[in-house]
Amino acid sequence: MATQIEERPASELDSFRLEVREWLAENCPVELRNRPRGMDTSFWGGRNPVYPSEQHKLWFERMASRAWTVPTWPAEYGGGGLDAAQGRVLKQEMERIGAPDALSSLGIMMLGPALLKFGTEEQKLEHIPLIAQGKIRWAQGYSEPGAGSDLASLTTKGEDKGDHFLVNGQKIWTTYGHKADMIFTLVRTEPDAPKHLGISFLLIDMDQPGVNATPIRMISGNEHFAQTFFDDAVVSKANLVGEQGRGWDVAKYLLTFERSSMGQSLGGGAGSTMAEVAIDRLGREGLAREPGLRREVAETMMETWAMQIAGERMYDAGKAGVLSPFSPNVMKLLGTELAARRTRLAMSLGGFDELAVDGRDTYEWLQAPPNCVAGGSNEVQLNVLSKRALELPEHK
Amino acid sequence: MALVLTQDETMVVDSARGLFEREAPVTAFRALRDGGEPLAWDRSLYGKLAENGLVAPNVAEQDGGIGMGISAAGLVLEQSGHVLAASPLLSAAISATLIACAASNQQRADLLGPIVSGERVVAPALDEVARHDPALLETKAEKSGDGWTLTGSKTAVIDGFDADSYIVSAMADGAPALFLVEKGASGLVVDRFAAVDSRNYAKLALSGTPATRLGDSDASAAIAAGLDLGRALLAAELLGAADEAFTRTVSYLKERRQFDRVIGSFQALQHRAARMYSRLDIARGVVLKALRALDEGNDDATWLASLSKATMTRLARDVMMEAMQMHGGIGMTDDFDVGLFVKRAQSAGELLGDDHFHTERLAAGKWGL
Ligand SMILES: Cc1cc2nc3c(=O)[nH]c(=O)nc-3n(C[C@H](O)[C@H](O)[C@H](O)COP(=O)(O)OP(=O)(O)OC[C@H]3O[C@@H](n4cnc5c(N)ncnc54)[C@H](O)[C@@H]3O)c2cc1C
Repeated sequence: MATQIEERPASELDSFRLEVREWLAENCPVELRNRPRGMDTSFWGGRNPVYPSEQHKLWFERMASRAWTVPTWPAEYGGGGLDAAQGRVLKQEMERIGAPDALSSLGIMMLGPALLKFGTEEQKLEHIPLIAQGKIRWAQGYSEPGAGSDLASLTTKGEDKGDHFLVNGQKIWTTYGHKADMIFTLVRTEPDAPKHLGISFLLIDMDQPGVNATPIRMISGNEHFAQTFFDDAVVSKANLVGEQGRGWDVAKYLLTFERSSMGQSLGGGAGSTMAEVAIDRLGREGLAREPGLRREVAETMMETWAMQIAGERMYDAGKAGVLSPFSPNVMKLLGTELAARRTRLAMSLGGFDELAVDGRDTYEWLQAPPNCVAGGSNEVQLNVLSKRALELPEHK
Repeated sequence: MALVLTQDETMVVDSARGLFEREAPVTAFRALRDGGEPLAWDRSLYGKLAENGLVAPNVAEQDGGIGMGISAAGLVLEQSGHVLAASPLLSAAISATLIACAASNQQRADLLGPIVSGERVVAPALDEVARHDPALLETKAEKSGDGWTLTGSKTAVIDGFDADSYIVSAMADGAPALFLVEKGASGLVVDRFAAVDSRNYAKLALSGTPATRLGDSDASAAIAAGLDLGRALLAAELLGAADEAFTRTVSYLKERRQFDRVIGSFQALQHRAARMYSRLDIARGVVLKALRALDEGNDDATWLASLSKATMTRLARDVMMEAMQMHGGIGMTDDFDVGLFVKRAQSAGELLGDDHFHTERLAAGKWGL
């Protein structure tokens, strides 16, 4: 049943919007606006922060001072304390002037929401403010060489030593594992329990002798992910999130955030300028001579628009309490596929010159397909939808 | 407005669904089709729809309607798509919009009430060529005494056979204008067109046919408003029809056994079904967004109408192909309902422009490609 939505008075929201607009106009460095956004041109925080530029530093410090790095997280844990509608206004105003996120972070995108739901009070007080202020750079340690789509078959071991766990094993495809300070990790703590029940969710400090991460070079030429080795790594029991043996619940909850944000950021806004780019590169006459190419640009624009609307609808449905639990899977599946097609098409618009090994479009093109695999491959999304949303029976 | 239904809209949906399920299940449409009644829709059902405020709910209260907006009209059409209800709902909503945008106050007062109450069927006659192209307007209007006469021809007139009157577009003094033509007017020839979806359509020939002009100024904006609304409503109907064909297909996947297991356990079919589910989910937002934008008079409303019509035309086509395929042989039989959905999706897809038309319209009009 649809619920009537409680809106705060429009006038209050309008004055908030004006305030935000003014503040952004003054505080967001002009050099950062409307720039292409890649993983390498973002600020990721951490114990040894690396700012891509002075402007990034300025922008981050200003945003962090208002906790607008995490605008809608509760203020008692160092969040911005905005309600959902205000958070949306901030996002819209940032989009309006092409302001980038001040802080890119797996802590914000994934761990924070899971800690807010499953963490103890102490864990929230310890970790959430550090995420908000970009003090700790987090990595995600789920996948293993032998456990990808079949994640629950993971074998990294966490031996119960009373007040701590001793962790041994290997993770792989750890995004920025070699640059992270801490890693949230799935380890098997009950070797005899059924597959999904023997797993615990641990927060592991990577700055210790028992943890090593070595980068892996990707097709884009970048080293965005790593292999992470645990060799008698020590993890205090205070760093167990959720119950021992019930880490799968935390992991799954966290994945819904990973998936919807992947789908939205990749599928929506990012491609809304493709038509301008096409006109810029080829001119209208050039496009008229290539109706097939022109048509594909138009279709890509249409799909991008549809994904933007889907993001808007997800937000509205969430606010009204009628969000479909399968929206993240749908967004991830269609959003990442669209991004892969769109970045590939961008290559064609520039023809031979786009083949430059260090070109920006080349880079974005090679960055996109990995997202069809990351966060649970798209086939896994289709499996989840078949089984859960459509309740189609498993093949025995 | 938010992209979720309000309480009032949920009530409209419930009331429409209840009525359609009771009075107009697909068997009723089939009976109409097989009965060969040339009107091709059911007057008693239409009367009940009107009694429940479901005919042209977009008509404003001061014009005798319930003023629930284009969104409500879309939601009713979506429900009608689920059961393939053959009622002149689409023509009523389009004609009402043309009248509300173009007509004089007196004409609005005279015409809109009887449309909403279901007493009069007024069919919009805008198209002149087989592939939708509203820019092509050759029907001519000429002054004749106090009134006008029209000469030309119209095609794809939705619910045009045996309609009580028509709203006909024509060129008057070098600009598009809208005219009311009454049934039986002299020089009017109405040809019933038997279409694959067994709905009511007509082609009109007009020669010196007497007509009353709606209002007295350029009707371009009114025609555009009527087209936008019609496209968004057709998209909504297609959503209902595609959703229904999809749901029936998923049920069949759970029921039909081959190789000692239900066919829905084959991953090849599961993934195709999950993909349709995903596309329907995204399309649902697009359809509602277009309806909302039209109600709000948003700058992008006309483009969103095209986006929703293009999206749903293509998606419904794909869903229907999959629905037929996944039903195997039975899906190809006339006795089985899937074929009825396939046919409706084809015609609703063509009316007021298919996916190619609207992609081109967006490419050139919105993005300047
Ligand atoms: C860019 C990128 C970043 C990543 N970042 C992280 C990270 O930070 N932390 C982390 O833990 N992991 C990360 N991953 C790992 C990611 O989660 C896995 O790659 C993913 O879950 C797939 O596992 P796999 O690579 O072992 O492929 P496999 O599971 O071996 O899959 C190979 C192929 O088989 C298909 N397949 C597998 N099972 C089925 C099935 N049941 N039905 C149908 N098809 C199936 C898959 O869809 C795929 O196409 C990242 C991956 C990428 C590409």
